[in-house]
Amino acid sequence: MNDIARMLAQRLSLGLLTLFAVSLIIFLGVSLLPGDAAQAMLGQSATPETVAALRKRMGLDEPAYIRYFTWLGGILRGDFGISIANEREISELIAGRFANTIFLALMAAVISVPIALTLGILAALYRNGFFDRTVNVVTLSSISTPEFFVAYILLLVFAVNLPWFPSLSSVNPDMPFFQRVYVCMLPAATLTLVVVAHMMRMTRAAIINLLASPYIEMAALKGIPRGKIITRHALPNAWAPIINVIVINLAYLIVGVVVVEVVFVYPGLGQQLVDSVQRRDLPVVQACCLIFAATYVLLNLTADILAILTNPRLLHPK
Amino acid sequence: MIGVGKISGAGALSGAAWREFRKAPFTAQFGLAVIVFYILVAVFAPFLTPYAESEIVGSEFEVWGGDFPLGTDNLGRDMLTRLIYGARNTVGIAFVTTLLAFLLGGGGGIMAAVLGGWPDQVLSRVVDVLMSIPQLIFAMLLLTIFGTSIPVLILVIGVLDSTRVFRIARAVSVNVVVMDFIESARLRGEGVPWITLREVLPNIMPPLVAEFGLRFCFVFLTISSLSFLGLGLQPPTADWGSMVRDNATLITFGDITPLLPAAAIAILTIAVNFVVDWFLHKTSGLKDEH
Repeated sequence: MNDIARMLAQRLSLGLLTLFAVSLIIFLGVSLLPGDAAQAMLGQSATPETVAALRKRMGLDEPAYIRYFTWLGGILRGDFGISIANEREISELIAGRFANTIFLALMAAVISVPIALTLGILAALYRNGFFDRTVNVVTLSSISTPEFFVAYILLLVFAVNLPWFPSLSSVNPDMPFFQRVYVCMLPAATLTLVVVAHMMRMTRAAIINLLASPYIEMAALKGIPRGKIITRHALPNAWAPIINVIVINLAYLIVGVVVVEVVFVYPGLGQQLVDSVQRRDLPVVQACCLIFAATYVLLNLTADILAILTNPRLLHPK
Repeated sequence: MIGVGKISGAGALSGAAWREFRKAPFTAQFGLAVIVFYILVAVFAPFLTPYAESEIVGSEFEVWGGDFPLGTDNLGRDMLTRLIYGARNTVGIAFVTTLLAFLLGGGGGIMAAVLGGWPDQVLSRVVDVLMSIPQLIFAMLLLTIFGTSIPVLILVIGVLDSTRVFRIARAVSVNVVVMDFIESARLRGEGVPWITLREVLPNIMPPLVAEFGLRFCFVFLTISSLSFLGLGLQPPTADWGSMVRDNATLITFGDITPLLPAAAIAILTIAVNFVVDWFLHKTSGLKDEH
């Protein structure tokens, strides 16, 4: 048990360190701006007075390390600063949008995880057969396809040619749950198609790797039935890689929503990020990037921790 | 396969290559044919197109047929012309970016393995941190800061992608660096550049070549996504990602024209993936089998 606690503490501190480094990179990146942020945002034609005023408002007249800790301290209290473009509180601007993004990602995950695991395990069990080859070609193709291509094809077929689903996924907070699911169907289906291929290939590789290990062969030679080999011998060791696959793909989903949100005009954080990048609204870009990066780091950390917790070798110490 | 036996001349080389091609599975043959086709289109773009790259030749959104085989775009430019020039711009920039990523990441990865010790530690930790930020998000942040121009785009994506190349180059080099011939090269007094380029690099070529194909696809998709989001290649350069974005409204009327550039992207990445898949099987002796 001590081993587990030590490894968990190690991973957690490493994760925190990574988060700290990420926040530093996002902050320093903006400080590296040629000239400074105020000048860049106002453009070449700005008068020195307006630039100076904006500098003062953004706190740019203070040294970088003080600005960094002020920024970080604010974020820890849920205060991301004020948007340059529309003068609103960033936290208020993005809170609802982040919830929408999470909803879409979770919905895609609920659909895609069972499909991917089933396909992956089947492909591994019947590897090199017709089923495996077909799935291999199909998933290789869908991995190589840009997300917006998949999204527009679905839109063309299921919103224009067959008017089953709305082409714009506009949601609002008062929407009933099932209405919301219905409106989000096409974006969720797009994400599912993209992510199932990844997840399925990773599951297949993990299972094949496992079935090739000597102890499985030993179990088969002892005459244990095939079903029991899978449930008693293979699965306990397979949980770690499978959970890993799921969580890594969740992380991918949270980030992969950007393009899909833009196609379906879904009011999520990705859309906000793209808008802010176009307006060069740096505080909002910083906040969105930090949230995306932090979610990504935290999910990968979760994958690490779950892998440790489900490792049979650590759970049954000698 | 690279360097099969002794090859006496260009004729024998193409003969051997042709025999390999005939033996390849259908997916790989299809992939190679598509890649050759794209390269030809990209190289001969000015001779294949009826109009100039950003010439406005008609009214907006004209239908297929007549003077415009695939209609015109949102500004009245010929769709087919822009599609063909897109091969040159989008694929060319993705290729240059991948090359940059391999120069930086490949060089860095092998050097880290050869040097070992603290240079390896420092480089590896920097790469770990850079990789912990999702690439598309990081690219958007950097493009906001440095503005969107072609050199900046190539640099940003190239540097971000080099972290992945670094990982794989280092991982395969570590296995080579412990071998006897490296030891004897060190004892001979060869410097780090010699060991990197003449001793390690030739031995890790097959995985790196396969990785080049995969990285190219990834870079190509990233740049297309950025262009689609309006943050990549800027007008009036013809580019497949932004062509989808500019003409997307047509889709709501059931017109498939905006899907053509997207399909052009998809077909090329699928083709490259098929070839890489075949190449991996050939060089690794079927990875999946045990």
